[in-house]
Amino acid sequence: MSDHTHKQFDAEMEEIRSGVLAMGGLVETQLARAIGALKHPDIDLITSVATDERAINQMQVSIDQQCSQIIAKRQPAAVDLRMVLTVVKVVNELERIGDEIKKIAYKAQQMQRPERLSNVRFHEITRAAELAESNLQLALDAFARLDVNAAAQVVSNDEAIDSAFLSILRQLISYMMEDPRTITPALEIVFIAKSIERIGDHAKNVAENVVHVVKGKDVRHATAEQIRAEVAE
Amino acid sequence: MNLQAVAVRAGASATAEPLPVKISIRHLDFFYGSFHALKDINLDIAAGRITAFIGPSGCGKSTLLRTMNRMYSLYPGQRATGEIQFGGRNLLDSRIDLNMLRAKIGMVFQRPTPFPMSIYDNIAFGVRLYETMSARAMDERVEWALTKAAMWDEAKDKLKQSGMALSGGQQQRLCIARAVAVKPEILLLDEPTSALDPISTAKIEELLSELKTDYTIVMVTHNMQQAARVSDYTAYMYLGELIEFGTTDEIFLKPKRKETEDYITGRFG
Repeated sequence: MSDHTHKQFDAEMEEIRSGVLAMGGLVETQLARAIGALKHPDIDLITSVATDERAINQMQVSIDQQCSQIIAKRQPAAVDLRMVLTVVKVVNELERIGDEIKKIAYKAQQMQRPERLSNVRFHEITRAAELAESNLQLALDAFARLDVNAAAQVVSNDEAIDSAFLSILRQLISYMMEDPRTITPALEIVFIAKSIERIGDHAKNVAENVVHVVKGKDVRHATAEQIRAEVAE
Repeated sequence: MNLQAVAVRAGASATAEPLPVKISIRHLDFFYGSFHALKDINLDIAAGRITAFIGPSGCGKSTLLRTMNRMYSLYPGQRATGEIQFGGRNLLDSRIDLNMLRAKIGMVFQRPTPFPMSIYDNIAFGVRLYETMSARAMDERVEWALTKAAMWDEAKDKLKQSGMALSGGQQQRLCIARAVAVKPEILLLDEPTSALDPISTAKIEELLSELKTDYTIVMVTHNMQQAARVSDYTAYMYLGELIEFGTTDEIFLKPKRKETEDYITGRFG
């Protein structure tokens, strides 16, 4: 895309885009740490997640404000308008991912408590979490490079996260039915799994927005198949 | 690209039935002496809608507008070839009665051009050229035209005052009232608000939205946001060519051509 006649407009657009990437980077780091805590105890996790969450919220507010200013001052059209609207939506998705990470961190901390150690250990959750983590990374890459093929891949990958969630749920239900003492820890894992599934959905939304910026088509309610077809056009 | 199909399809989504075409331009070329100012323009203007022409200076948008009521015939050395079909006839045909043509296709210019006479006579002047009517009928026509141009309340107590004494925005609305008074079918507007302040501009834009229920409006504007705000269809022109034509929603949200996108997003030049 060539430059605007107003160079300042370019600078402002670049600022909101790099703001999203900085915010995405922070969310990714935080997610990796929370996933790590599912495997090994991490004493400082809660403090760190809480601090980062405040930073993420702050970034959301500030990027939103920059977007409002661009709309008011520049009246963006076509691809610029889609980019500004997308940035507003993507920072919202990232902020929600931050909230889910916080929930995972709290639950992970509870699972590490000594009285729980004898209870059910459940490793499938880490696999699902890693799927969500790599898909978020791919979605942010797709945004950075405005790569619609990567975006379509994110949407397809999300189906795997959804089915991993359902399979975790089924297994946990059978644990709980076999031994009621596993109900408390199993429920904690259910909550974590749900958060992971939500993170997958948010990453998918980010990817769908990338398709909207590039192609001008709203694919929010399209199937993965339809999005692949749209991207191939 | 089949422009007619675009216009009809876009119209269909807006009104659930295809819009009739008011003016149909085919293979229009225009020359200022040896300068080729318009190159093979093909375009359909939808009836009862506002069509805006946008593009950088010198792209031919005003020239295109002026061919529609043969304004160029006033100047030697300017000529047009091709067809502009309106009411079953080619407007470029030399046998067309220009006075009748301009009564059917009125024009408003960039700078307000009131005649140096009273507000009342500014309106009545044109009407008298085409119609003979009683004083009472003329009073009614003047009131009707001023009301159409959202000027009646401001002007009713000073109809005898000079039109030149009005503010710029009022003068421009007076010119619109004058154009409307002869009951044309089409209004051509050449940058009608570029000399006006934002409030007067807003009033004129509001007026255009009301007028389009009775008239087909074609406007040239340098203000892209104005095209986006008021028009139903937008044509982007560059160097005498029609680059893209489509519904305004389409042009400002997802134009098909990169040249159009560069222009409307401010990446031009």
